[in-house]
Amino acid sequence: MENAFQLAVKVNGADVAKTVEPRTHLIDFLRNDLGLTGSHIGCEHGVCGACTVLVNGEIVRGCLTLACQTHGAEVETVEGLTESGLIADLQTAFHQRNALQCGYCTPGMLVCATALLTEKPHATREEIREYLSGNFCRCTGYEAIVDAIETTAKNRAAGKQLAATNNAEAA
Amino acid sequence: MNAPVPGLKPTTYIGQDVPRPNAKRLLAGRGQYVDDIRLPRELHAAFVRSPHAHAKIVHLNLDAARKAKGVFWCGSGVDVARAVSPWVGVLTHFKGLKSAPQYAVALERATWQGEAVAVVVAQTRAQAEDAAQLVEVDYDPLPAVTNMETALDPATPVIHADLGDNLAFTRGVDTGGVQDVFAGAHLVVEDTFRFGRHTGVCLEPRAITADFNPSEQQLTVYLGNQAPHMMRDIFAKHLDLPESHVRVISRDVGGSFGIKVHVYPDEMAIAGIAKLLGRPIRYLADRLESFSTDIHAREHLVKAKLATDKDGRILAFELDDLTGIGPYSVYPRTSAVEGNQVVNLTGGPYDFKHYLANLKVVFQNKTPTCQYRAVGHPIAVAVTEGLVDLAAQKLRLDPAEFRRRNLIADDNYPYTSASGLKFEALSHHACLDKLLKLMDYKGLRAEQQALRAKGIHRGIGLAALIEVTNPSALFYGVGGARISAQDGCTLRLEPTGWVTALTGVTEQGQGTEGMIAQVVASAVGIPVEHVRVITGDTDVTPYGGGTWASRAAGIGGEAALMAGHTLKANILALAAAILTRDAAGLDLRAAQIVDAATGEVLLPLAEAARIGQYRPDTLPRAFQPELTVSRQYGQRDWPFVFTNGIQASYVEVDTDTGFVKLLKHWMVEDCGTIINPLLVDEQLRGGIAQGIGGALFEECLYDDTGQLLNATMADYLVPMAAEMPDMVIGHVCTPTKSSELGAKGAGEAGTAGAPAAVMNAINDALSTLSARVTEQPFTPERILRALGKV
Ligand code: FES
Ligand code: FES
Repeated sequence: MENAFQLAVKVNGADVAKTVEPRTHLIDFLRNDLGLTGSHIGCEHGVCGACTVLVNGEIVRGCLTLACQTHGAEVETVEGLTESGLIADLQTAFHQRNALQCGYCTPGMLVCATALLTEKPHATREEIREYLSGNFCRCTGYEAIVDAIETTAKNRAAGKQLAATNNAEAA
Repeated sequence: MNAPVPGLKPTTYIGQDVPRPNAKRLLAGRGQYVDDIRLPRELHAAFVRSPHAHAKIVHLNLDAARKAKGVFWCGSGVDVARAVSPWVGVLTHFKGLKSAPQYAVALERATWQGEAVAVVVAQTRAQAEDAAQLVEVDYDPLPAVTNMETALDPATPVIHADLGDNLAFTRGVDTGGVQDVFAGAHLVVEDTFRFGRHTGVCLEPRAITADFNPSEQQLTVYLGNQAPHMMRDIFAKHLDLPESHVRVISRDVGGSFGIKVHVYPDEMAIAGIAKLLGRPIRYLADRLESFSTDIHAREHLVKAKLATDKDGRILAFELDDLTGIGPYSVYPRTSAVEGNQVVNLTGGPYDFKHYLANLKVVFQNKTPTCQYRAVGHPIAVAVTEGLVDLAAQKLRLDPAEFRRRNLIADDNYPYTSASGLKFEALSHHACLDKLLKLMDYKGLRAEQQALRAKGIHRGIGLAALIEVTNPSALFYGVGGARISAQDGCTLRLEPTGWVTALTGVTEQGQGTEGMIAQVVASAVGIPVEHVRVITGDTDVTPYGGGTWASRAAGIGGEAALMAGHTLKANILALAAAILTRDAAGLDLRAAQIVDAATGEVLLPLAEAARIGQYRPDTLPRAFQPELTVSRQYGQRDWPFVFTNGIQASYVEVDTDTGFVKLLKHWMVEDCGTIINPLLVDEQLRGGIAQGIGGALFEECLYDDTGQLLNATMADYLVPMAAEMPDMVIGHVCTPTKSSELGAKGAGEAGTAGAPAAVMNAINDALSTLSARVTEQPFTPERILRALGKV
């Protein structure tokens, strides 16, 4: 391998040490080297969002990021978010609302929505639509996706409310 | 006296919002799309593609590529032709349709920008792409035929000399005396409509992995495809293998919409190279390749006229359609179907007798076109509804009222249209009434008026439509295409009492698996969670057509229903033998054998299944339990089972910038029996979004030399979340009597009507400014031009 790069990165909570070519994109590294095929390849030029993953909590395009740029960072993919249970409510909302058809955009949508729900827990439908504007879905027409994210935001807010009330009562 | 046993009642999942079982896997990132599957010793392919729209290949030098790192094999068209025979995309029922032999990789001449001229196979995709750049090709550019309007001029070069001219197909319809009707009509309106070429833009690019095992002469192809049995037949034929030695597996498919139901030269090449090399070969199209080699659709120029009497009743339609299909008619479905559908469907929802239509289909040096979601419908509906609105405007009739006067009456069926289509039973008026209520048409008109006074230009557009679904063998089979018109379902009762269902129809996200599970569970009498559905594997599933032309629910669903009935009867016969009772007095409900009259639980299904599988020795000698059944269904009552519907769009046009804001969209449609409303509604919404894409954003732009100018997702615009309105969906249900299930298709009606609704809404908004647009997509520039502002 020419100019092999010794990459050390945390992926879905586990330390990974691999030799990569400097030109290897993060999405190819995840899919080909680590077998994390949940994140997808759609356009390979940064427009469709199918390859969206979290790097240090920020959403990035796996097709515009080089694997070596994540040296020392923490990367999270749909597989990790699923196994941690962190987005179980969001996934349930997607499932109930049929917010996916072919499912190819879904991992990217879920990762993007994860960031949105953290950044703007009370986002309006307009804001949700705006936030998703870098994630292409050819199948759904987006309405169901917006609904599912909105439902999750409301449920989370209600849950927090409930927890706060319970805490107040306990105190 | 014993207390009465609370009896089990029959339950059905038909009509229920059951979430799709297979969606959970996709939500967890555990899908199995073709590019997710890894095989031992696999190699990766990359294609060298022609940068010219039309050029002679003078010389091809593969030496440098062969020496590049990781390269295993390089080949030209001649090399690939050793493994893959050429094909010609014609069907006998399209009289006169012609095309030229097409090779997997071009031999001597490239006929569109993007046609493969060489292929490189290497250890990794990156290495294959690196080496592809080292392939040296000397081209002698030839004049490119790009403008379909001049394609037939004597001065224009003929793309395939052997064919004599650039005319691929022509068809006319003449009901007689049409010119006289126009001459004597109270009103004649006419217009010219242009439709931009666009493409499917599946988020998952086309992908294939082909593996050949020389010792068994067995080809296994993992392919993102809608019709695996069709592809198996084609791989067998063109790779010269027995059909039984080909297995096509289509697991998860990342969107298809008709794009992934055609024969692609590069996919044929990959299968052929796998056979030559005896190793698994993988190929994933990149986005540039998707734009330049996925089939395109909808490049049409239509001149049309409509005649009415003084009461606004439609008397006649006249249509002249010209469409350009690229250099070859696509195999095996042909590129004549789209134009043919435009001729068939124009005027479709309306009651009139006189029709004159002419279709010309011409060759060009652009990407080949073929069937993409709603095939021809968006064009026919836009032309029809555009003229209908124009006529209403001239007659000073409200567009809804004009439609009410002309839509075929709901009690006037069966009905044969002027173009010869046969309708079993449609519900145009019920749909119109429901739509107007749903959208508060009057209220919206009042709001529009009030805002106009403030200089805000809003418009309301209506579009009635019919949709071809549940096709019979008349679609392809009669023309000699080996595309199955039927589908089968095999049900296997497991010893646990659960059922495994194998179906010939396939899943690309529509919800096929969920739909089949609901039908089977309802027919057999078990919880839906007890049904496991398997699709998309020609070694396993019954032979069938697959999923296209909105046929999965109507055809595959009916086969599943028939199989479910049979399995249930067999289970009851088994239970009768176990219980020594008469089967006629038994029923199967919620996985329990019950007394049919009282619902009293007699025996769990799991116990009956256990005995049937493991203890047949305890059953009467003459009784043999039959716990696996298969049934097949092909629709034979009608050429097609039509559905109908109507859409409405509400838009605001910014007359300074030309931007159109979609405020809301409504649709009421009639797909007969609805198996799962959640899935049907989302099919309609997704379809509407694609229709809106064509109306406002999408166009494959070419220059005069045949260069595709916008082959990236940054340049070719598609609807994103922020542009899409919320969509309100309503239903009217007229089940088809051609099947017990009564289901018709719903996959394409959204796409069929949305462009017309949006166009009419824009023109309604512009009507007070004497501006009108009829060239799709309706870009800000085109709107400003219509307004005379640029
Ligand atoms: S694949 Fe990365 S944005 Fe499309
Ligand atoms: S569900 Fe298919 S692309 Fe979004």
